Amino acid sequence: MTMISRKAMLIDITLCAGCNACQDACKEKNHLAGGKETSLSATAYTALEEHGDVFVRRMCQHCEEPTCVSVCPVGAFTKTAPGPVLYDESKCIGCRYCMQACPFQVPRYEWSSTKPCVQKCRLCADRLAQGRQPACAEACPTGATKFGNRDELIREAYARINAEPDKYVHKIYGQEEIGGTSILYITSVPFEKLGFKTQLDKTPLPSLTWDALEKIPGIVSVGSVFLAGIWWITSRREEVAKAEGRTSKKGRNNESH
Amino acid sequence: MGISMQKLLSKLTFWKVVAGIILAAGVYSTYVRCTRGLGGSTHLSDKFPWGLWISFDVLCGVGLAAGGFALCATVHLFNVKKFEPILRPTILTSFLGYLLVIVGLLFDLGRPFQIWHAIIMWNPHSVMFEVAWCVMLYTTVLSLEFAPVVLEKLKLTRTLNILKKLSIPIVIAGVLLSTLHQSSLGSLYLIVPYKLYALWYSPYLPLFFFVSALAVGCAVVIFESFLSSRAFKKSLEMDLMTQIGRIAVVVLGVYLTMRFMDAYNRHILSLLFVPRMETYLYWAEMIVGVVAPLILLSFPAVRRSRTGLFLGAVMIILGFVMDRLNITITGLEASAGTHYVPSWMEVSITLAIVTAGFIAFSLAAKYLPLYEHEPEAHKELQPKTMPETWIEDLTLVSEQY
Repeated sequence: MTMISRKAMLIDITLCAGCNACQDACKEKNHLAGGKETSLSATAYTALEEHGDVFVRRMCQHCEEPTCVSVCPVGAFTKTAPGPVLYDESKCIGCRYCMQACPFQVPRYEWSSTKPCVQKCRLCADRLAQGRQPACAEACPTGATKFGNRDELIREAYARINAEPDKYVHKIYGQEEIGGTSILYITSVPFEKLGFKTQLDKTPLPSLTWDALEKIPGIVSVGSVFLAGIWWITSRREEVAKAEGRTSKKGRNNESH
Repeated sequence: MGISMQKLLSKLTFWKVVAGIILAAGVYSTYVRCTRGLGGSTHLSDKFPWGLWISFDVLCGVGLAAGGFALCATVHLFNVKKFEPILRPTILTSFLGYLLVIVGLLFDLGRPFQIWHAIIMWNPHSVMFEVAWCVMLYTTVLSLEFAPVVLEKLKLTRTLNILKKLSIPIVIAGVLLSTLHQSSLGSLYLIVPYKLYALWYSPYLPLFFFVSALAVGCAVVIFESFLSSRAFKKSLEMDLMTQIGRIAVVVLGVYLTMRFMDAYNRHILSLLFVPRMETYLYWAEMIVGVVAPLILLSFPAVRRSRTGLFLGAVMIILGFVMDRLNITITGLEASAGTHYVPSWMEVSITLAIVTAGFIAFSLAAKYLPLYEHEPEAHKELQPKTMPETWIEDLTLVSEQY
């Protein structure tokens, strides 16, 4: 039995020429409304952000431990074995918690629609199933976007960094951030200057809420015994008082309305 | 023709006109929401996906309905029977509060027609899933806790007696669900440590939400009792109100200590002096909602005065609303890189929902035995004969309005 290896994409910012072939190919493949867009939207699953003369390609990070998968109340998001995080609109109730929670602010919404869907990159999961590359990786003329197995791409990224240590920042963004993502970046301009969220640590975000949620069975079981016990004790007191012929101080209020 | 017009105009009071305008605006906004989607009716955006309807309608609505579970536990579990006279209106307030939350959600959800999906599609890792289930279950519990009031009016004694036998398990379920629910609204924000401004983000958000819900529960009970006593000419149980005022002082004290210790442990006390909007709103929330009422209500003279008690309650409620708005809007603006101001339609729908709640409450006060005692728990109810006063009641009501 062959293990499905985790796929990923390596984006080498130093190689990006800003030609927008990735966005064009993506729009064509996904039948999205045309026109160049410089930020993610319901019709742009990927976009080039300009920081001076550097182009930074933004898209869904397809995290290893996706926050969106964890927060969706009806499980509309799934992390598939090869890597892509997929959205099932038939389940979605439109609560937009995924948009609120995603640390990379990726999911976009069809605000004008009366049956709105969340829109984001699917990493061309259908093409992957056919053994092909995502449309953007195939269209990239400079090799700035490279598709492959995650572990191999990490090795290659380090190889590039070590081959030209003065050129590159010594870090692969996405290797460990919030548990690691499938979209890996290397750059010569520091990540903080390119709008990357550099304050993210290794802890996957879902664990933060799991700490709270896993306490619920305990609260319910201990709580119900505790509350039933309180009722039993306090009502017993009244029964005993009645039996002994004492009138309770906390009698009924005789209100006149 | 002229006479009936005169009669109609004489029945129009200022508040009725205001309510009418609000409801009419709400109907229009609903039409826009349904035909032009969220984009055409709100100022929500990809950068700011949650706004007034979540901040106020859902978060504040749930919190402000907190009085119900605390009072229910006090009366039925801790057997402090003296609070019984105010139990029924408090449960009604909570029940209406949750109904209004659900209505608010129907407006905010992008696909409200699939709201039932949470019943069959489960993701137990999601706090939102837990919130959805708690709202469903707790609204059911509230309707069961309020049902006796309706059943008494309809004289359905057999159903009523069955319900009475189940009352303790229902109350226990209500307290547990409410505890989980109030705290899980705080848990919703545990997942955004990199977005929520440090003055508010804490791993203890669920605990803070729960304790502040207890405080505002006290305040809402006081507030609602005062309003009802004025509107429906009922006597005000001042000694009960004073006691609740004392409880509020203790809860506020606990809350303030928790918030301070949390701020100290997270090393963010220096943020209290950074000159920016978040800082000012944090101070406002803590002073208006916690420190001032804490000091004010600690004086017995203030607690025994109607003005003092009412003022204290209003401050706690204001502070609570500010806290929820700060966490859901103020605290997220910096990281979102945008400012959010609700559209007039978002405001009008919120106002319409609240107005509908007030109207429902006053209708219940008029037609249901809201302010009468529950009969003794162990006595079987005798079917009542149809009171002649129904006709008199109706005439009185129509004259008042």
